[in-house]
Amino acid sequence: MTEIHNYTMNFGPQHPASHGVLRLVMELDGEVVRQIDPHIGLLHRGTEKLAESKPYNQSIGYMDRLDYVSMMCNEHAYVRAMEQLLEIAPPIRAQYIRVLFDEITRILNHLLWLGAHALDIGASSVFLYTFREREDLMDCYEAVSGARMHATYYRPGGVHRDLPQKMPRYEAPRFSALSRKVRHTLKWRNRDRGGSLLDFLETFSERFPRCVDEYEGLLTDNRIWKQRTVDIGVVSPEQALQWGFTGPMLRGSGVSWDLRKRQPYAVYEALDFDVPVGTRGDCYDRYLVRVEEMRQSNRIIKQCIDWLRENPGPVISDNHKITPPPRPRLEYDMEALIHHFKLFSEGFCIPPGETYAAVEHPKGEFGIYLVSDGANKPYRLKIRAPGFAHLAALDELARGHMLADVVALLGTLDLVFGEVDR
Amino acid sequence: MDSAETAPNHALAERLGERAQWQEHADGPALEVAAADLLEVMSLLRDDPEARFEQLMDLAGMDYAEFGQSEWKTEQASATGFSRAVHPATSARYSFDAPHPPISGERRFAVVYHLLSLSRNQRLRVRAYCEDGEWPSVPSVRELWRCADWYEREAFDLFGIVFEGHPDLRRILTDYGFIGHPLRRDFPLSGHMEVRYDPELRRVVYEPVSIEARVGVPRVLRETA
Repeated sequence: MTEIHNYTMNFGPQHPASHGVLRLVMELDGEVVRQIDPHIGLLHRGTEKLAESKPYNQSIGYMDRLDYVSMMCNEHAYVRAMEQLLEIAPPIRAQYIRVLFDEITRILNHLLWLGAHALDIGASSVFLYTFREREDLMDCYEAVSGARMHATYYRPGGVHRDLPQKMPRYEAPRFSALSRKVRHTLKWRNRDRGGSLLDFLETFSERFPRCVDEYEGLLTDNRIWKQRTVDIGVVSPEQALQWGFTGPMLRGSGVSWDLRKRQPYAVYEALDFDVPVGTRGDCYDRYLVRVEEMRQSNRIIKQCIDWLRENPGPVISDNHKITPPPRPRLEYDMEALIHHFKLFSEGFCIPPGETYAAVEHPKGEFGIYLVSDGANKPYRLKIRAPGFAHLAALDELARGHMLADVVALLGTLDLVFGEVDR
Repeated sequence: MDSAETAPNHALAERLGERAQWQEHADGPALEVAAADLLEVMSLLRDDPEARFEQLMDLAGMDYAEFGQSEWKTEQASATGFSRAVHPATSARYSFDAPHPPISGERRFAVVYHLLSLSRNQRLRVRAYCEDGEWPSVPSVRELWRCADWYEREAFDLFGIVFEGHPDLRRILTDYGFIGHPLRRDFPLSGHMEVRYDPELRRVVYEPVSIEARVGVPRVLRETA
């Protein structure tokens, strides 16, 4: 009988725990992982090449589709890169709206991450709870942009439009009689939707900390959860720097680095929030960091709501070489009509130069390296996706762990293949 | 030296000396190094107490083949109009039967590194033009920052830039068996091959692309105020 030492096993690309399309070629010794070779690119759509072939504004929608669970943060990096080269600054209200939605996005992202991560390693009920809150936040996306996910809401020079005064409400079913039960459900579903978007968000932010307590009640002291995450995938601070880790992956290892604090953009300087940092650098610490980030995001959302209530104003720059003029003006203003026509047929040209704009994306540092040669299309657009660097470290993280821990590691890396593969 | 004047950090500029050409961009300082000096400069940037760039944030390949070219000259605009890029000038045109003439020329390919120093809270962009040969090449910085491993594989895949000293320079983003380097300017936007499921053969087949060449919005260069 021949003795087999190591064998190779294929994982994915269609495995539910691979969070999309990831293929791992693993070398195993029994159940112990000796080596992992991730094969990525199954979702490669050539976003960078596509962006080179179309006017600047038309690529904003592509940014949503990179990391498709934190859409507006991607847009933020892209519009910031354009604004840096155009040397324009959005109105202050637009910056508050952007921060508001960046933080909503952070919660959206972490909720999906938490639900999926817990589901992957055996706690299936958390998913149901997190998706309940996600639904409310996606309604905010829809209220402001018309789309639940791919918003295309940020524009160079501001945001597309101001926050709506009316929150959309659930409607009665048209093809069945209004029973008492239906009427009751309808009333319950519309309970917070009587006012504006800000009113809705305010009630959300009041109830959200209790929701986070709920998730924590299911997981934080759960023995199985701890067995699956404590001391799994330990990353030392030195390793984290070597591997280009950012965001919660870096903070989980005890490095206090948050672009919102260290290199503030938009209005983060004026806002009060804390940056949670881990100590051991394992999956459990990263879980704690992300959960605390949701609470902090909620704090930021509250501050933004208060500010936005008191400070009305423009939400997009009035430089109509870059932003479209208000629609009614097209009827009597020749100049506005010309601007409108040029903007939507040819787009705007950005002066020659290059810049790198980064934001603190829920997953880490999301950066856009934009090179312009003075044309109406980018000469080169390089997307720095946090997940790409995180996944590159999987081989080193997983060595010596058990096969089942690979799933926990994939969860803790918070991967979304839209951004890894671009 | 003139370029060192613009350097944000004089001590660092002195240490780098003639090897680095400093520039100032919209987002901060940048420097240009020759490919031959790259490793030396990079290890100095990582370890020198005046620099301490602990993290390599990003690595981008660059192809400058069509830099500053437009598809439509705006001066004659009103007389001629734009005819859907029938006179192709840049790679956004989609002709498949007439391959783009190989673009030669020095300083076509470059690699751009984005460094971040956490301890000094500073960013720096480093550009190294590739050495021309059969393949454009620069030395690999994988030994300095481990994350360069995949970034260099990506730049090799998309631009065909060879990183000397990289132990495992495979394709990473494109399909198994892919031919060409898609982010080069002479690679058509729609690629060369398309994929479909053939119900008769009962498998996926690869065929030359069949879609028609078209440019929606021409690339124009305008002087902006």
